Amino acid sequence: MLAHLPILQVIVPLLAAPTCLILRKPSLVWLFTLLASASAFVISILLLQQVMAEGTLIYELGGWSAPWGIEYRIDKLNAFLALIISGVSTVVLLAAHTSLEKEIPQDRQTLFYILYLLSLTGMLGIVTTGDAFNVFVFLEISSLSAYALIALGKDRRALWASFQYLIMGTIGATFILIGIGLMYQMTGTLNMADLASRLPEVPQSRTLFTAYAFFIVGVCLKLALFPLHLWLPNAYAYAPSIVTAFFAATSTKVAIYLLIRFTFSVFGVEFSFSVLPLETLFLALGLLGIFVASTTAIYQNNVKHVFAYSSVAQIGYMIVGFSMATSAGLTATLLHLFNHALMKSALFLALGAVVYRIGSAELNDFRGLGRQMPLTMTAIVIGGLSLIGIPLTVGFVSKWVLVVAAIENGWWPVAALILLGSLLAVVYVWRIVETAYFKTPEPGRKPVKEAPITFLAPVWILVSANIYFGIDTRLSVEVAQAAAESLFGVSP
Amino acid sequence: MILGLYNYWIVVVLMMIGLYIIIAHGNLIKKIVGLNIFQTSVFIFYISIGNVEGGTAPIWGEGITLYSNPLPHVLILTAIVVGIATTALGLALAVRLKEAYGSIEEDDIQAMDDQKTDNKHC
Repeated sequence: MLAHLPILQVIVPLLAAPTCLILRKPSLVWLFTLLASASAFVISILLLQQVMAEGTLIYELGGWSAPWGIEYRIDKLNAFLALIISGVSTVVLLAAHTSLEKEIPQDRQTLFYILYLLSLTGMLGIVTTGDAFNVFVFLEISSLSAYALIALGKDRRALWASFQYLIMGTIGATFILIGIGLMYQMTGTLNMADLASRLPEVPQSRTLFTAYAFFIVGVCLKLALFPLHLWLPNAYAYAPSIVTAFFAATSTKVAIYLLIRFTFSVFGVEFSFSVLPLETLFLALGLLGIFVASTTAIYQNNVKHVFAYSSVAQIGYMIVGFSMATSAGLTATLLHLFNHALMKSALFLALGAVVYRIGSAELNDFRGLGRQMPLTMTAIVIGGLSLIGIPLTVGFVSKWVLVVAAIENGWWPVAALILLGSLLAVVYVWRIVETAYFKTPEPGRKPVKEAPITFLAPVWILVSANIYFGIDTRLSVEVAQAAAESLFGVSP
Repeated sequence: MILGLYNYWIVVVLMMIGLYIIIAHGNLIKKIVGLNIFQTSVFIFYISIGNVEGGTAPIWGEGITLYSNPLPHVLILTAIVVGIATTALGLALAVRLKEAYGSIEEDDIQAMDDQKTDNKHC
């Protein structure tokens, strides 16, 4: 049983998806989905423990040995990612049943859970597989279900957001496919480990360069790197609240994983950073992303939009860490990936609770909420503080590591800019706090009750995680560091 | 030499036509058609890299020693299925958009959305 964990990680949610059709009744389906996601979470914990203790796990699908068969290769990096994805998915699902009551008609709820499970399958598949073409297939499984999930939003703008995402996402995925095709053409293999050993041997031709360039552009579309982020804000703002909380924490992270995996383990850091001016390019785009997206966030009137733009900015921080091409920089990226998943899932889930009560996420409707929904608003404030990077929250830990890495690298101005970027976060978080606590609600508005416990519990689980991992950083930092170091150790 | 690689030229031309349609046309159906052309170019690319000059189809038979590489062909079957799923989903969304907005022109939809947000500001 234990030997089959790598495949079970993917198969459990995959098989759970069609089973939902048999159960039919939405509350049963919800419980079942929760169970499937929770077992995926348990599996990822077991995998991470095993990987930390014994090193990389290799699982051959159907007993066919690589590079002919497909292998799943679990190392510290993907075990870490699988843990984030399945963990956030499980906690977010706790609130799903309550949230869907108001957002999705009864007869579509079963379909919602099926799509959710498929999306989870796709993301877990991308991180566990060791085969380049398999990555594309899982990417499309997760993306196609993501488009459909976003289109389930109540507002008609959800449809338009979903359509735009479909066009951009498909272009990105097809670019990745072209990249993989060119890699296969040069090496005759699709296995990542095999690719890594063969790529340095083939002539450093233009084909190889093109393969890498196509792959990177495709992945950057998927991870919403500024200025390829245009699909993200509307998709996050109009999707059902549960979907936003789940995707904001996971979907762009999976793309960042692909970027890291192919840059560091498949192509190797020397190749990647010498054929493309990645250092300057990503540093510039990352910093631009931080500033442009944070500034845009300040001017938004919909709180979901505020946090969606803030997500683009946070991706900027991860990309800045990546652009350093040092072990310390990569540790910062991975750590921020973990921490940002915690912050954004907490924030968007708390927003979901607000939407559940007042039916809107417009900033104007937040007036007076500080008193009427104290627990939910406190959660948003703590999430916001974490976003800014106040000590004792996770946001502080990853910004600290990032700034230290920048200074170690001799990039003083970058460190200063990172801190300056945090000030912009103060502005947009403050706007929400000010409206919720210091403005009186419109006269004549019905009093708003605090969110139900089914919402508060998962929100506060995530908020406590924000604080816990802000104080006790052993687990997150240790794993992120080990993963980053292993990538630099392995890379040819 | 350049003409000998004509299949790759076709790939590049189709790819550019597809991308151009996606970017330049505001009609949602045309965008999906563009997306299809773009994806088809990649299918042809995969099929081309699997071809071995003078090779037959990879079916076992007497006297066959040289045959094309079947792997890229199998891979692209998967990608074609994915492409069909994407097209189906895109068209379904276009139908829903038509129902919701009464139009399948990008400009009209964008204009209606902008109007809605403007009203809220007032």
